[in-house]
Amino acid sequence: MSNLFPITVTVNGVVYQKEVEPRLLLSDFLRHTLGLTGTHVGCEHGVCGVCTVLFDGRPVRSCIMFAVQANGHKITTVEGLSKDMEHLHPLQEAFSEKHALQCGFCTPGFLMTLIAFLHENPHPTEEQIREAISGNICRCTGYQNIIEAVKLAAIKMNASRENVANELSFP
Amino acid sequence: MTTSYIGESVKRLEDARLLTGQALFVDDVHLPKMLEVAFLRSSYAHARIRKIDVSEALKKTGVVAVYTAQNLGDYWQAGPLLVSPPPIKRLTFHKKTQVILAKDKVRYVGEPIAAVVAENRYIAEDALNDIIVDFEPLPAVVDLEKALLPDAALIHEDLPSNLAAHVIQEKGNYFAIKDQADLIIKRDFSYDHGAAVAMENRAIVADWDSKGQQMTVWDTTQAPIPIMNGLAGMLGLSENQVRVIAPFLGGAFGPKIMMFYSEEMLIPWISKQLGRPIKWIEDRQENFLATTHERGQTHHAEMALTKEGKILGIHDVFLHDTGAYDPYGLTVPINSQCTLLGPYDVKNYYSEFSVIFTNKMIVTPYRGAGRPQGVFVMERLLDLAAKELHLTPSEIRSRNFILPEQFPYKNEIIYQDFAPLVYDSGNYAPAMEKALELIDYKKFVEEEQPKLRAEGKNIGIGVVSYVEGTGIGPYEGAKVTVGASGKVSVATGVGTQGQSHFTTFAQIVADVLKVNIHDVTLVTGDTFKMNWGCGTFASRGMVVAGNACYAAAMAVREKILKLASEILESSIENLELGDSKVCVKGMPEKKITLGELAVKANPLRGAVKPGTIPGLEAAAYFGPSTGATSNGVHAAIVEVNPKTLRVDILKYIVVHDCGKVINPMVVEGQIHGGVAQGIGNAYYEQLVYDKKGQLLTASLMDYLLPTSYDVPRKIITGHIETPSPLNPLGVKGTGEAGTIPAASLFVQAVENALDNPKLEIREVPMSPNRLFELLKES
Ligand code: FES
Ligand code: FES
Repeated sequence: MSNLFPITVTVNGVVYQKEVEPRLLLSDFLRHTLGLTGTHVGCEHGVCGVCTVLFDGRPVRSCIMFAVQANGHKITTVEGLSKDMEHLHPLQEAFSEKHALQCGFCTPGFLMTLIAFLHENPHPTEEQIREAISGNICRCTGYQNIIEAVKLAAIKMNASRENVANELSFP
Repeated sequence: MTTSYIGESVKRLEDARLLTGQALFVDDVHLPKMLEVAFLRSSYAHARIRKIDVSEALKKTGVVAVYTAQNLGDYWQAGPLLVSPPPIKRLTFHKKTQVILAKDKVRYVGEPIAAVVAENRYIAEDALNDIIVDFEPLPAVVDLEKALLPDAALIHEDLPSNLAAHVIQEKGNYFAIKDQADLIIKRDFSYDHGAAVAMENRAIVADWDSKGQQMTVWDTTQAPIPIMNGLAGMLGLSENQVRVIAPFLGGAFGPKIMMFYSEEMLIPWISKQLGRPIKWIEDRQENFLATTHERGQTHHAEMALTKEGKILGIHDVFLHDTGAYDPYGLTVPINSQCTLLGPYDVKNYYSEFSVIFTNKMIVTPYRGAGRPQGVFVMERLLDLAAKELHLTPSEIRSRNFILPEQFPYKNEIIYQDFAPLVYDSGNYAPAMEKALELIDYKKFVEEEQPKLRAEGKNIGIGVVSYVEGTGIGPYEGAKVTVGASGKVSVATGVGTQGQSHFTTFAQIVADVLKVNIHDVTLVTGDTFKMNWGCGTFASRGMVVAGNACYAAAMAVREKILKLASEILESSIENLELGDSKVCVKGMPEKKITLGELAVKANPLRGAVKPGTIPGLEAAAYFGPSTGATSNGVHAAIVEVNPKTLRVDILKYIVVHDCGKVINPMVVEGQIHGGVAQGIGNAYYEQLVYDKKGQLLTASLMDYLLPTSYDVPRKIITGHIETPSPLNPLGVKGTGEAGTIPAASLFVQAVENALDNPKLEIREVPMSPNRLFELLKES
């Protein structure tokens, strides 16, 4: 059965060399092969956005990509956003301050979508925020507090722009 | 310095873990030698199973076992009845609960038939294709109104019909009063199925440790303790041998308290059979097909009124769809029946319902739990009456509100908690006034609406009110412990699915013990830490478990002061508790820390007084005599696009009374989320079954959840606090308040926006398509 392919993937700055089946989903690779379970899976058909990670700096849905497609690429997951729980990224802080998460299951997907968005658009309007998160589903919060958190995060990140650029790799 | 936390918007203690990907969800549990399961599910809504051939599947490399009803042996069984019917006279109830794996017959699309256990999920799913089932298709029962016709196929062939239950409840005498009415409004209403769709699907990991003779189960359940007790019974183990952990859950909203799902009965048993850890993770399609859902009623209702708009009485006969089985008893239709009465003084009520078996997934409570249907009927009847009588929506409601001096208000009929429905407290008029003020009702209808209409805009306003029976018994428990480090740990039995229990329960305990909230850690949902309790449902976490935390903390506080008074040689009245220490008043140097006290309370040598219970620890339980009734008013302004019939919710007001508020930020969050689900329920989400009982909307591409574009632009909340007299904290529940009236409000506002006298929306979910059809008809 097994027909394994060697791949080399950099995740949160760490280089992993693994042999995987060609049909292994990127989400399963991250969660089960590497044990990075911060990336969640909500639908496995590309709709909910829960599984979003950065692929060479761009948000992608890891449930509709294969691990082999990540060969030679750089992935960032929610585990790569901050050093530890005491040193949250300004976006994470803003989510907590504005109560933008309840069950928190969707949150990693939102964070990864928004990291890329705020990098591209550091001064977003409310309408732009609404559009940016329209591909991520949250069943708990009704989005209002998420939108407030993004506004706050933009302010915080603009204040500490350099740190962010250093921490994450963008294309 | 110690601050007071109750009533403050304290930031959540659980956030850091969730934000950094460190919170444990069931699918994150990975154990050595773990196998994975995939289920073969019925593709027919109704069929006889002639034969199942699993031989090819077993040959596949990586497949370890395949289970069907045949090879479960004695373990094959039907699940328990979770809620038995309440003591109502002349009640009929036929119990039919789901089985572990379908044996002779399948009764809904998605019913599990076989379980494949393999080295990983990929292989297990491959093997599903190798199983051959010989079905004999039977006609499917889908349409509620046709299910009782003599020629309808029988879903449970040992019953005379598809009737699952029949209940009549009465208050006063509707038939006697009907003749005195100036106006009778009589209409049919329907409320179709919708799903909870928590972002996390269901999941179970079971690990039988044969050396330790110990079963550990991680389960996405709202009720870990009942699961532990039930599994112990089914597996022939003692409760001490079964540990059920409900870690972080990615939302639940009701369906995760359904017990026992087939998978919940089977996965632990397989682990015991094979002696290896077993994992099953539901995928999204399975979640649509095989996780319980709700709504699904048709009502034939009638309201008798005076010409002043005072309700004389209501007559309602309705059908409730329970799906293929009825393990949750009558909770949902009883809630509809009771909540229909709302905040109104209704003296005469006749309510009769029939519960119907159909070839659909089982119906159990989903956020709102029958209440939205009842509220929909009541609010629509009031809207129709208001139109006839030329009253505004708020006028007709205000004229019928129960007055403050009428509490406790007795509704006489029996509620879901088996007790006569009594509203403990409330003050309804101020909530209405506040809502009208926040939405600026007068200005809108007198100035803005005419102006916008003149500009060709379809803009409308709506106002509805409701009650929410919350915080029902029987009980919950909590255990509070102060450790040698001075840190406080709190264990409760309720599972947590995003309600912020880690924070709100800690607020209560920190206030009682006068410690920093960051020194309080909460354990929920681990039966090894707390093994008595019922679960998280019916907006009861704060009311029941919150008060248990309070009682346990008070007991520990007493222990602290007693011990400190002995050590510091001072009377208790003369002691001061604060900053994790006790000192003698006015003598800050005469002090002892909580950590030191904890050590003294647990001596290793010497003697203790007879009857001493060691440690700074206490467990306490709280069970309210009856539920606490929350209430509220929602109002909204909407704009309907005349071409696309897209509805934009420009303003949304929620004025809500949930008694004493522990954490306003958390309550508002609950309301925002509840409203979003209610709006989804009103206009976007619908479980559509075709005539053969196939679910046509079993993916997130077909079943539309509200996105950031569909929710209200801004929800403004106003709180009224009428403390409940039924519990020491004075709290009431709030989890379902956002959802319950949202669909009723939505349709009222849309009707108002479209300003078409012939348009009458009497069904939800609406959708742009359905609204288009209704507009064409009118
Ligand atoms: S899990 Fe990938 S989009 Fe839903
Ligand atoms: S916080 Fe629960 S799904 Fe978003």
